[in-house]
Amino acid sequence: MRMVTLIVRRELAAYFRSPLGFIILSTVLLLDGLLFNAYALGAGERRSSSVLMLFFFYSSGTTMVASLVISMRLLAEERQTGSAALLLAAPLREWEIIAGKFLSAWIFLAIITVATVYMPMLIFVNGSVTAGQIVAGYLGLLLLGATAIAIGTLGSTLAPNQIVATLLSSGMLVLLLVLWWVGSVTAPPLSTISVYAALYPKHFPPFMSGVISTANVLYYASATYLFLQLAVRALEARRWY
Amino acid sequence: MIAVENLTRYYGAKLALDRVTFQIDRGEAVGLLGLNGAGKSTMLRILTSLMLPSAGRATIDGLDVVQNARAVRARLGYLPDVPPLYGEMTVHHFLMFAAQVRGLEEKESERRVGEVEEMTALSDVREERASHLSHGYRQRLGIAQAIVHRPSVVILDEPTSGLDPAQTVEMRGLIRSLREEHTVLFSSHLLPEVSHVCDRVLILHRGALLGQPKMSDLAAVLGMHAVLVRVRGEGGAARALLSKLEGVHEVEIEQFGDGQTEFRLLLKPDVRPQVARALIEGGFELLRLDRPELDLETVFLRLTGHKAPASGTKHANGDADRPA
Repeated sequence: MRMVTLIVRRELAAYFRSPLGFIILSTVLLLDGLLFNAYALGAGERRSSSVLMLFFFYSSGTTMVASLVISMRLLAEERQTGSAALLLAAPLREWEIIAGKFLSAWIFLAIITVATVYMPMLIFVNGSVTAGQIVAGYLGLLLLGATAIAIGTLGSTLAPNQIVATLLSSGMLVLLLVLWWVGSVTAPPLSTISVYAALYPKHFPPFMSGVISTANVLYYASATYLFLQLAVRALEARRWY
Repeated sequence: MIAVENLTRYYGAKLALDRVTFQIDRGEAVGLLGLNGAGKSTMLRILTSLMLPSAGRATIDGLDVVQNARAVRARLGYLPDVPPLYGEMTVHHFLMFAAQVRGLEEKESERRVGEVEEMTALSDVREERASHLSHGYRQRLGIAQAIVHRPSVVILDEPTSGLDPAQTVEMRGLIRSLREEHTVLFSSHLLPEVSHVCDRVLILHRGALLGQPKMSDLAAVLGMHAVLVRVRGEGGAARALLSKLEGVHEVEIEQFGDGQTEFRLLLKPDVRPQVARALIEGGFELLRLDRPELDLETVFLRLTGHKAPASGTKHANGDADRPA
């Protein structure tokens, strides 16, 4: 774990030593704030829990986009600048590199996500929500973000540059999102599998309403693990070509 | 120690390395010389276990680069053609990271990084960001990260590329100093760099190893003797005279002011007395006749079957070189 920690520390420092980290942070906060103000607070009277659900709904979108932007650089940028040779020629295991890269991106996403917490707090000015719903919602965002970052890590491992990495990761993410639609137009068992495998409609909304289900936590955890494993294999396979 | 046996690598159907075999002993400094596309980078990437060979075997200190990749990497220092730097880190922090990621503990890293900064003359810029460094300093930093963990083998890919003359001289000194502690293999297309730094040279062409002569044996490898001759008199007539002499295999001509002409000859066997006699009897004023160290570019181009692209070059058979 020492090597993973080293990589995480270096990567996190890189986010804050370069403009990119602050650009991502400020853009996400701005978008979340605008969406929260326009659609959650400013769309007539609503129950406080509905306002909070809408906040998590819009935040899930910005979280997925931010995850892709954060993760696109993880390995593709290093390959572009040539710095990848430092890690790849060091006595590191491939999983240590992928785990270090993933964790740094996830921690950075968590910092951004936690920075939005003032918005749910605003609900307390004229209403009331339970702490459980807030915690569940944020847990959902972090789990969804983890899966999106794992997808981005795989894209960044496969791609020769950041643009291709973004396109590749976006493609995979969209595919996982539209699986729900595939499920709605096909018959069982394909529809059942598609709906279960889809990234969003079945697994995320319960978190928005304050329900933490083990099945949904396990879904995001296993999807994250699967994509990280694929990224490790892709990194190992690069020695072949 | 590096040992390579029948190393072969294909990219699809294209053969990039063709059964290359060589050995580099501890403490040797060896140059890897080849034209673009000769297979130099492929060779280095396989030795650093960044790429797998299609066939054959390579070992570093007896460890197979495929089977024991991590152990091999721990014994290797590698500077690719583009130094692998993190621009946002300071020189000191970057070297600390490079040392620790190669397994050195924090305290040991601090001590070793200080030594390496001294050795590579980076102490003055240790708090500068890597992205703010000049090209010369970046190359030094690239070498520093390659040796910070005291590897037994250091592999450098074009370490003097893009440096100005003063930086090149400094870099040569730095690479020479590495020989005290490390086995050094470095590739270059700047041919004089190899001759200044290496004990031996591996000549790679289209994936095949053409030869691995010691620098001192290069002339013998060719079986030729390089000779410089300077005369005062009409150059064309002198060239015609020299070209006719038995044992003169190549004549390059260069005109100087004051009616002087210099010839670079390749002789086999050593017919210097006949050359001198022919010129004097031909009425030319002989100003110089000596044997310089054989030029590596000539060696390389001859071994690979290319002709020197220098203008004004004429061969004994009367053919003129064409620019490559």
